[in-house]
Amino acid sequence: MKSVKLSHVLIVLALLVLPPILGTAGGAWVRILDFALLYILLALGLNIVVGFTGLLDLGFIAFYAVGAYLYALLASPHLLEQFAWIRAALPDGFHVSIWVTLPLAGLIAGFCGLLLGAPTLKLRGDYLAIVTLGFGEIVRIFLNNLNAPVNITNGPQGISQIEPLSLFGVSLAGERGVIDLFGLAVPSVLAYYYVLLAIAAVAVVMCYRLVNSRTGRAWKAIREDEIAAKAMGINTRNMKLLAFAMGAAFGGVSGSLFASFQGFVSPESFTLFESIVVLAMVVLGGLGNIRGVVIGAALLAAIPEALRLVVIPIQEAFLGQGNAVIDAEVARQFLYGTAMVGIMLWRPSGLIPGSGAEAKKSSAPVPLSDEVVTPELVTAKP
Amino acid sequence: MTEFLQQILNGLIVGSIYSLVALGYTMVYGILQLINFAHGDIVMVGAMTALLASKAIMTAFPELPGAVVLALSVLAAVAVCVPLSLIIERVAYRPLRNAPRLAPLITAIGISLTLQTIVMVIFGRNYHEFPSLVPQQPIEFHGLVISVTQIIILVLSLVCMVCLALLIEKTQMGRMMRATSENPKVASLLGIDTNKVVLMAFGIGAALAGLTGVMLAANYSLVHFYMGFIPGLKAFTAAVLGGIGNVYGAMFGGLILGLVESLGAGYIGPLTNDFLGSHYQDIFAFVVLIAVLTLRPTGLMGERVADRA
Repeated sequence: MKSVKLSHVLIVLALLVLPPILGTAGGAWVRILDFALLYILLALGLNIVVGFTGLLDLGFIAFYAVGAYLYALLASPHLLEQFAWIRAALPDGFHVSIWVTLPLAGLIAGFCGLLLGAPTLKLRGDYLAIVTLGFGEIVRIFLNNLNAPVNITNGPQGISQIEPLSLFGVSLAGERGVIDLFGLAVPSVLAYYYVLLAIAAVAVVMCYRLVNSRTGRAWKAIREDEIAAKAMGINTRNMKLLAFAMGAAFGGVSGSLFASFQGFVSPESFTLFESIVVLAMVVLGGLGNIRGVVIGAALLAAIPEALRLVVIPIQEAFLGQGNAVIDAEVARQFLYGTAMVGIMLWRPSGLIPGSGAEAKKSSAPVPLSDEVVTPELVTAKP
Repeated sequence: MTEFLQQILNGLIVGSIYSLVALGYTMVYGILQLINFAHGDIVMVGAMTALLASKAIMTAFPELPGAVVLALSVLAAVAVCVPLSLIIERVAYRPLRNAPRLAPLITAIGISLTLQTIVMVIFGRNYHEFPSLVPQQPIEFHGLVISVTQIIILVLSLVCMVCLALLIEKTQMGRMMRATSENPKVASLLGIDTNKVVLMAFGIGAALAGLTGVMLAANYSLVHFYMGFIPGLKAFTAAVLGGIGNVYGAMFGGLILGLVESLGAGYIGPLTNDFLGSHYQDIFAFVVLIAVLTLRPTGLMGERVADRA
């Protein structure tokens, strides 16, 4: 930290002080902030893969699902109800500390990333996109169907009764949504807000440290020109794998947080659309631009909530009571779709301008189809 | 044995649908190296247009025979899909032709989502029933069951593929397409209007997609705003399986994928002791995709890279 600017101090203060004030208007507002923070975490993870390294991952939500289900299985009575031998071994349930579950979720999701990445990363980027998309769908299909003959995921019903996070012996759910913290009554959503804020802050710092490290420079080099990067002595395969696993780990951790916050997980939450939502956040903020991605995620997480308030009334004002044709959900999808097209066409470096080098990335002229024949694709033999 | 043959037949029917959609992917990919993500949604738009058109025709001319209505709806679907696809190419892909590879892929996803949303606004989230225009009574032949719709699907797909093969092999346009996909730069130096070729590829692909949309709608009697996405993905898998950029590969890959899926879904239950059931049908395509890309990224017929169109 070279110089602490006044604006930064003000932003930090606002992040710390505003939510409790907002909370007086209703817990729902703070809840929106909590979800925005979860999306920020997800977007930061995807940004490592798509933004820094230039690998399009369309199954990112699968890692989120892995983290969420891991937490759900470890923190709910579901497995105990299903398997007698687990009940016999651990009659009280697992009750694993979050200091174990969160890193474990990151590790396992990261490992899944490695498993998926290893066979596919030698391929060109657009193939990777499709394979990851397929992987995301496979994970969802399994979550949906692994309730028979052995009930692991409880199928489409999902897993409920998930214990909330508990930090230093204090459960974040509190009693009736209020936690007694040294005599202060803190609503549960607010407690989650501060925990998520802390984790998001750590994630942001990690991303900055990563991108300015040797690893981060290698990632960017791969993104700009993989062959040149290889020629410069970068082990492109390992670096791409690392990016993939790192992004997946972010996804896994945020998945765990999501499960604990929501208290319920089901395959519904992990559709392809969610992957696209996270991608839209990264694209909107600017690929590879950490500040942009954070703002993009916050915007795209908050705007739909705002839409919910305005879309129906505006239409009813023009068309009359009960005649609204577009509901908030449709408006949200439309927004994501057009945002991705519009940003790519007019502001490929995102809404929030990043450093100059990245901003002028797309200006270099390339022939009709760049690299006419890809060496990997032609020479690769089984 | 009859069951096995029935599965093969079902596989061929689904497979020929995949083949037709895969052709759209592979032609565009062969020339632009772009995965046209919105292609599956063009299929959906085709089905939706046919739904509207068939209803309108049936109310205007109730005495027309069903087959004529179906043929007219196919024409309507093609008439909507082709301009739509060309507009998409013009608006969302052409400006990005010199951009990094990721950019058009992201706009393609955005277009796909936008198309789905627009159709969802028009038709709502529900499934709609597609009118049965040809006799629904299945035909039995030595224990094998096939519907009239499915016979039409098989015949039409075959006709389309033969026509496309002739177009590519025998006509001036086909030679231009082959040249462009081999080397766009040299092709344009030799006086080929590559933009025209690109539009041609999008146009033919969209026409086939529109037709396939009607086939899907008529075969399953249901249409839905999301119906194009999964078939689109599978068709892409088929294109990769056959060797992307290779039209014959796409035809072949579609049929193979259809067979794999149909046999896989039919026999996975007994094979795994009912641990995995036929509801895992959708994962076969993705498993095939991952396997092909890992073991033989050029696809089954990929060695003819120079000969793709």
